[in-house]
Amino acid sequence: MTAGRLLLLAPLVYLGLFFLYPLAAILQRSLVGDAGLDLASFRSVLGDPYYLGRIWFTIWQALVSTLLALALGLPAAYLFARYEFPGKVFLKALTTVPFVMPTIVVAMGFVALFGSQGLLNTSLMDLFGLDTPPIRITNTLTIILMAHAFYNYAIVVRIVSALWSNLDPHLEETARMLGAGRLRTFGKVTLPLLLPAIASSALLAFAFSFTSFGVVLILGGAQFATLEVTIYELTAKLFRLPLAGALSVVQIVFTYLFLLLYVRLQERSAVRLDLKPQSATVRQRNRMGDRVFIAAMILALFVILSPLMALVERAFSSGDGYSLAHFARLFSNEQGSYFYVSPARIMLNSLRFALATVAVSLVVGTIVAYFLSRPGRRGKGVFDALFMLPLGVSAVTLGFGFILALNRPPLDLRGSWVILVIAHSLVAYPFVIRSLLPVLRGLPPNLREAAAVLGASAARVFIFIDVPIIARALMVGATFAFAVSMGEFGASLLLVRPDFTTMPIAIFRFLGQPGGANLGQALAMSSLLMAVVALGFIVIERFRYRNVGEF
Amino acid sequence: MALLEVSGISKSFGTVKAVDRVSLTAGPGELICLLGPSGCGKTTLLRLIAGLEDADEGAVSFEGRELNRARPQQRGFGLMFQDLALFPHMDVFGNVAFGLRVRHLSRSRVRERVDELLALVDMPAYGRRRVHELSGGERQRVALARALAPAPRLLMLDEPLGSLDRALRDSLQGQVRAILKEVGVTSIYVTHDRDEAFAMADSLLFMNRGRIVQSGTPEEVFAAPADEFVARSLGFTNILPGRVVGRSDSFKIECDLGIMFASGPQLEKPGDDGRVTVLIDEKAIAVSTAPYDGPSGKNVLSGTVKEKLFRGREYVLKVRVGLGELSCPATPDTLAGGLKAGEQVSVVVEPDAVRFLKGS
Repeated sequence: MTAGRLLLLAPLVYLGLFFLYPLAAILQRSLVGDAGLDLASFRSVLGDPYYLGRIWFTIWQALVSTLLALALGLPAAYLFARYEFPGKVFLKALTTVPFVMPTIVVAMGFVALFGSQGLLNTSLMDLFGLDTPPIRITNTLTIILMAHAFYNYAIVVRIVSALWSNLDPHLEETARMLGAGRLRTFGKVTLPLLLPAIASSALLAFAFSFTSFGVVLILGGAQFATLEVTIYELTAKLFRLPLAGALSVVQIVFTYLFLLLYVRLQERSAVRLDLKPQSATVRQRNRMGDRVFIAAMILALFVILSPLMALVERAFSSGDGYSLAHFARLFSNEQGSYFYVSPARIMLNSLRFALATVAVSLVVGTIVAYFLSRPGRRGKGVFDALFMLPLGVSAVTLGFGFILALNRPPLDLRGSWVILVIAHSLVAYPFVIRSLLPVLRGLPPNLREAAAVLGASAARVFIFIDVPIIARALMVGATFAFAVSMGEFGASLLLVRPDFTTMPIAIFRFLGQPGGANLGQALAMSSLLMAVVALGFIVIERFRYRNVGEF
Repeated sequence: MALLEVSGISKSFGTVKAVDRVSLTAGPGELICLLGPSGCGKTTLLRLIAGLEDADEGAVSFEGRELNRARPQQRGFGLMFQDLALFPHMDVFGNVAFGLRVRHLSRSRVRERVDELLALVDMPAYGRRRVHELSGGERQRVALARALAPAPRLLMLDEPLGSLDRALRDSLQGQVRAILKEVGVTSIYVTHDRDEAFAMADSLLFMNRGRIVQSGTPEEVFAAPADEFVARSLGFTNILPGRVVGRSDSFKIECDLGIMFASGPQLEKPGDDGRVTVLIDEKAIAVSTAPYDGPSGKNVLSGTVKEKLFRGREYVLKVRVGLGELSCPATPDTLAGGLKAGEQVSVVVEPDAVRFLKGS
């Protein structure tokens, strides 16, 4: 037991040093002035109509984004839950791709589709011989909301269709037989039973939109800023750290409220359902109306995915035709100019940091998951909550905390790439825990006991019994960690040094530069990032245990 | 007069004909048991009548009105699934009240009717219980109360007792029949258990591979099973192929048991090639350790006891006769000497109990 406790010490030190300490630094910076406790920064945030406006904007745009995500996601969830059609598995994987896409890729997708040189505008200008782009929605609220809906509807689809596809269709049919029409059956039976899933997916979508950074920063222009963007500006551009600290605290309070609500909902969703295996609930429908619905939904899903397709199209299009010119430029670095390092080097950086992140997350995540899965230890709920805390803190806040806390010897990491890996792994390791836990909890204890009785040492039991069984869950967790690191934007933007720029940061910098060549390179690099993440997503889909895992 | 009339209804799933030109009628207050093995199309037939599936051909009518275009909620039928499908997010009261509330009955009327039904199923104080707090039998009765609440014109029950253990089933069968008869609702009751069917039914319908193979009262069906499938479903075990080799006032047949005579009224004519499926009623077989010395004109065979099976109140003997095997009752006389496996016995079969069946 003592060895096990000792092992747990490592994640605890890691969490304390790199998460709790930076958080405390934020609190300290925002609460403590020259003469002890000082609420001045809070007063200036909560008394200033500008900041109140930011808070209000953050809330209501998240609300609208969530509603849009639900409006898109629920019909799709119904489609995947109750219909069988050729290519369904593939289509479902495809439509839930946005779930794992880096925000920067999503933002670039919208630029590629709706931007002044985007696919829609250039096509329309060619078609009707126009001189100016007819669609001008960049830097508007519309495009922000659209991007948020795009980003979050996949969460709704995943969570809701999982429950829906296992819901006993006899419940609905019984309601019909008792005299209820389709609408009333949906309202009185289906909807109440789905509500826990709908509510938790909505809460997640809300939380993501609430802390949205990359999308708002890139698509919103100067006019729109969420709390997250405001914190970034106060930190990186205006250097008003106490104010940034106060806003961070406000945001943390909000996100933890959502998370608390989410956890409560998950517990309360224990209306005990007699869930059926999916094969029992799916029916082949051959009615005309059903076919029209399926066809319309598939079409709609492709429209939803069009930003990602536009991204690829734009990345390959140069001048009049298609070529690899943008990609070639990534590897030639003919300009040399703004960047100290070549794009190829940047991609290598991203890959390196991602692999390091995977390693750290796997170690931390596996130890914690093992500890949490062992039965009968007191205070495990507290540990679970403690190690999930990083999920609730936004990336920019984390980066901000690092700037405040990890800048003095012996913990001066600002000049080192290690700081990026630490930031990424803090965001990533909760995913490892969440993929491992259900599998570990389902591991029959007598399997290990049988091996022990046969004379295997603890280490051999772990290697020959545990590892093969949890290998797939580890693979899923590792892939999540990889995707998170590759796409991480908010914390990196604050912490990054030119010589270890990552792909998302480089894309952002390309965008900040004038000229078609820079846009082209941003598109090309976004496409590469998308390809890498999509590949990872395929791995996840391939390796996840059916119906197991919490994401 | 028939209330429900199903004529020539069919339904295919892909290449599988789940229901194949089925016709049936049900009179007012009649309780019909639909019997058949799992996968024979019973459930699909109920779903077609309920309107939950669209028929490929054929029609369902009630009181002379065709219902093919009517949606499930417009038919005024009730359907109880095997898994009961109680609404997990409602309490017992809410479940029973569901069909009343959708009909916009007044609050007091709903309460009155729910109380009435909970009393009917003998669960008067259970209104506020959560569904998952109930035992298997209680859930079953709540589902019945819920199905009966809107006073359906026809109630269909799809193996409602299928998930319960034997003892509970036996006690609930009687209760369910009593309740259905008290309410007077026309019912179709699906089961694959013949004892249950005999205990419940006014009339029986046998279904196999999507088709109705026989209908009638339990007595009629038992007296004259339409084919080998029905006979086996009814518990007849002595069924074997044979061939007619001679004919005078009775048939002379050859089968694995040897040469036998069959004189009773036949259920099926022999085929042109003389092939028949022979059914021998267990009740007409006598086994004795002594050589037979009774009146002539009987089929007298000799065999070896293979097994002696205890069936609770009585023994059944498996006797090897010729190349075949007969399942025979064992009277106290037969058993008097402590009959054991391996002993030689004489087996006497009444000729009028040897009957020809339609093979299947």
